[in-house]
Amino acid sequence: METVLTTHFADDGYRRIDTYRGFGGYDALRKALSMTPEGIIDEVKKANLRGRGGAGFPAGVKWGFLPKDLSRPRVLVINADEGEPGTFKDRVIMTRGPHLLIEGIVISCFALRAHACWIYIRGEFVREAGIVDEAVAEAYAAGFLGKNILGSGFDLDVTVHRGAGAYICGEETSLINSLEGKRGWPRLKPPFPASVGAFGLPTIVNNVETIADIPWILTHGGETFAALGVEKNGGTRLIGVSGPVNRPGVYELPAAVNLKEIIYTHAGGMRDGKALKAVIPGGSSTPVLRPDEIDVSYDIESMAKIGTMAGSGGVIVIPEGTCMVRVLSVLMNFYAHESCGQCTPCREGTGWLKKIVGRIEAGKGRAGDVELILDLCDNMMGRTICPLADAAAMPAQSFIWKFREEFDRHIGEKKCPYGTRF
Amino acid sequence: MPTLTINGMTADVPQGTTILNAAKEVGVEIPHYCYHPKLSIAGNCRMCLVEVEKFPKLQTACSTVVTDGMVVRTDTEKVRKAVTGVLELMLIHHPIDCPICDQAGECGLQNYYMKFGLHKSRYALEDKVHKKKVQDIGGQIVLDAERCILCSRCVRFLDEVTGTRELDFFDRSDHSEISIFPGRPLSNNYTGNLADICPVGALTSKDFRFKCRVWFLNAFDSICTGCSKGCNVDAHHKGDILYRLKPRWNDAVNQAWMCDFGRLTYKAMNEARLLTPFVREEGARKVAAWGSLLPEVAFHLKAAADKGGTDRVAVIASPQSSNEELYLLRRLATELLGTKNLAFTHRVAGDGFADDFLIQADKNPNSRGAQLLGIPGDAAFDALVSKIAAGGIDALLVFGNVLGALSEEETAELLSKVPFVVQAGTNEGPVSKAATAVLPSASVAERGGTFTNHAGRVQRFRFGFPARGKAKNPVEILVALGNRMGAGWTFAGEASVFKAIAGAEAPFAGMSYESIGMFGQETKR
Repeated sequence: METVLTTHFADDGYRRIDTYRGFGGYDALRKALSMTPEGIIDEVKKANLRGRGGAGFPAGVKWGFLPKDLSRPRVLVINADEGEPGTFKDRVIMTRGPHLLIEGIVISCFALRAHACWIYIRGEFVREAGIVDEAVAEAYAAGFLGKNILGSGFDLDVTVHRGAGAYICGEETSLINSLEGKRGWPRLKPPFPASVGAFGLPTIVNNVETIADIPWILTHGGETFAALGVEKNGGTRLIGVSGPVNRPGVYELPAAVNLKEIIYTHAGGMRDGKALKAVIPGGSSTPVLRPDEIDVSYDIESMAKIGTMAGSGGVIVIPEGTCMVRVLSVLMNFYAHESCGQCTPCREGTGWLKKIVGRIEAGKGRAGDVELILDLCDNMMGRTICPLADAAAMPAQSFIWKFREEFDRHIGEKKCPYGTRF
Repeated sequence: MPTLTINGMTADVPQGTTILNAAKEVGVEIPHYCYHPKLSIAGNCRMCLVEVEKFPKLQTACSTVVTDGMVVRTDTEKVRKAVTGVLELMLIHHPIDCPICDQAGECGLQNYYMKFGLHKSRYALEDKVHKKKVQDIGGQIVLDAERCILCSRCVRFLDEVTGTRELDFFDRSDHSEISIFPGRPLSNNYTGNLADICPVGALTSKDFRFKCRVWFLNAFDSICTGCSKGCNVDAHHKGDILYRLKPRWNDAVNQAWMCDFGRLTYKAMNEARLLTPFVREEGARKVAAWGSLLPEVAFHLKAAADKGGTDRVAVIASPQSSNEELYLLRRLATELLGTKNLAFTHRVAGDGFADDFLIQADKNPNSRGAQLLGIPGDAAFDALVSKIAAGGIDALLVFGNVLGALSEEETAELLSKVPFVVQAGTNEGPVSKAATAVLPSASVAERGGTFTNHAGRVQRFRFGFPARGKAKNPVEILVALGNRMGAGWTFAGEASVFKAIAGAEAPFAGMSYESIGMFGQETKR
């Protein structure tokens, strides 16, 4: 199976620049510097590269939103605030192959005519930030960053910036605010970051994996990359599988791999012969699937067709014997804790959801609570500046739609049928 | 000009208009909290959601700019549910302590609940998040974090208008609250505006707290007398007691704001007022009747001029008086008494603090008016004071409660040199304590007229309620005195006086109360 990113990840030395170069690293950069920026962007467009952060926006199209005039400097910001519960793929790139990211950054900045780039790494990633820091220093020393890169006359500075541990700072405008030293609140759009972003400059915010794909696209060509996936969704994806499977971990698989195959073939199937009860397919915000729904291609469009999302590629496997109300309660606690507090529906709604679901799990649910959750979700979805309210409401809705009987049993029996623990 | 269709009505609106403002123009009410016309757009309260054709999601009317052909609906079931839903969420943690809340009666939550909510609470009482109530955060403001809906108007005001940034958001999710930084209370001169812009009872005025329910108050248009800026205000009163001043919007003067000093100037109109005419006999005050006192005063002044010569009579005008009063006073002094001893000073006790926003160093509302009406200023005032001190004046007519920046002792010492001092003033003060005869005058709230502000803008203040006690409108006092001296004036009320000013005084030529209107008019340069 063709891999784009993880080919050499088994080699512990791959995170050092010498090993990386030994495997042909930074050759794509040399090639890119001989091309025109437009040529590179064309290649990325041909690659059908979709943003890997969760929303799946076509990367080439996003790049095209930058204003045409070059009167204001542009910047690239790398979103390494990998905070979506169930997602741990960018961490693997940063620890195993940080130079993929850095080479991708240099090529992208050359294409975008940007001379500054920030890598915004979540606060909890202490070790990861250290490794990326080292890699950046190596790249500077080797002349891949700094002034006049490889004699091309192109200058680029990369700064590693650590966040302070807020989920919301993974949302691009919050991330920009946080980067500027402000409270991590999403900004009202328009203006979009491409016109007014970090420090008021035209800004592109891309996920780590998105940018790490760029060197391969340059080396092998956009069409080759596109061919690894399906129409509109090219390449491979890093998919993190967590839960009681035999081989949990991160797998690089074609964008259109079957979800069932991810769990049963690549992740080795259910541990201890447990039955599968549910799958959260793309990070905790994505609507949950029942076992009979998982025979589906993992590409963005196919997942959307069945009402869920491939999101950030975090597959959470939930086994039989798990209390779904308890799972939802854990999720609702998370969103209530992470709501930034700016918009009313999210600020008040996430806390309310947490309390209703919590009391159902505690055996204190009331008749009508389930309908209340659904109505509340309806009042939250699409009503806020950023999608955090939707991220909390989508799992709540889908858990009820798909596991309604468990909620009713909790309320009817006035206790959790599974006991108090998982 | 883009054309917008809202609820089936079509309207052309200027380029760049938001849906919310366009709707206001055509009479469609879109509820909102965080939007304030004088502050940046935050878009976070989510009350102004409307349906816009071709947009899958509801849009915030406050931040969405009208494009040509846009079709907006605010009356659909989807919008109604969204607005009710947001309002419900705003209220779940609200303490609903309206019976003890000063905002009750002018509260955004109450108003919109009655219009758009009327829902039953679905929130469990024990789930309420409690926050700190009654926090003195400095300035004129008390913060109740529990009542706050986190609309961020106050935060934006302190960022964008005063630039002092004392308030900010703390914590997250439903524990979010606004607060000051530890040990850093509000420290600017415009804190009172926070209570005005707060749409709920979270920020209330220390001064107004628990004084009066707002539905007992009536309001009239007035002008702040605290300095020469002439901030437009709404004066709120119940009967003959003033309770508060609130800024009245005037983009040419004070926008939507006023300073903390000005806000408290109403107190002088309630307290220590001169309420009855009196004379001083052998050091003691003796109540007098207007009917006998006015002719007496007129006679004394005229007699002093006739006997000792016009040079031994003097008139001190006040920059607290209206243009109308100053005009009559000048004519009384120069035409009827025939004296050159006429002066005013804009000086007052205190440091004359000023800033680059609203607060002016000149603490009088009408120094400019006095100057434009030809009343000699500081130099003449100082000369007159020296003349009085030297015993050169036999009879003195003083308008106002103080003599410039002179202290009570200095005033008493100075006025003891004059055998006959008559004062027309509103409040007890250095002058009333030394005057031979006192003519109590109506306060700014009790009379009408115009002030000319520092920039030469003539603005009207309106009659609010009848004068307290036996106080009289100074225009009336001046006309009575003048006619006793043979003026033959037929003025009836300040409007007729202003007409005369407009006809005779070049800076005011052609003006009328109608042309001054709500927002004032510049004098001719």
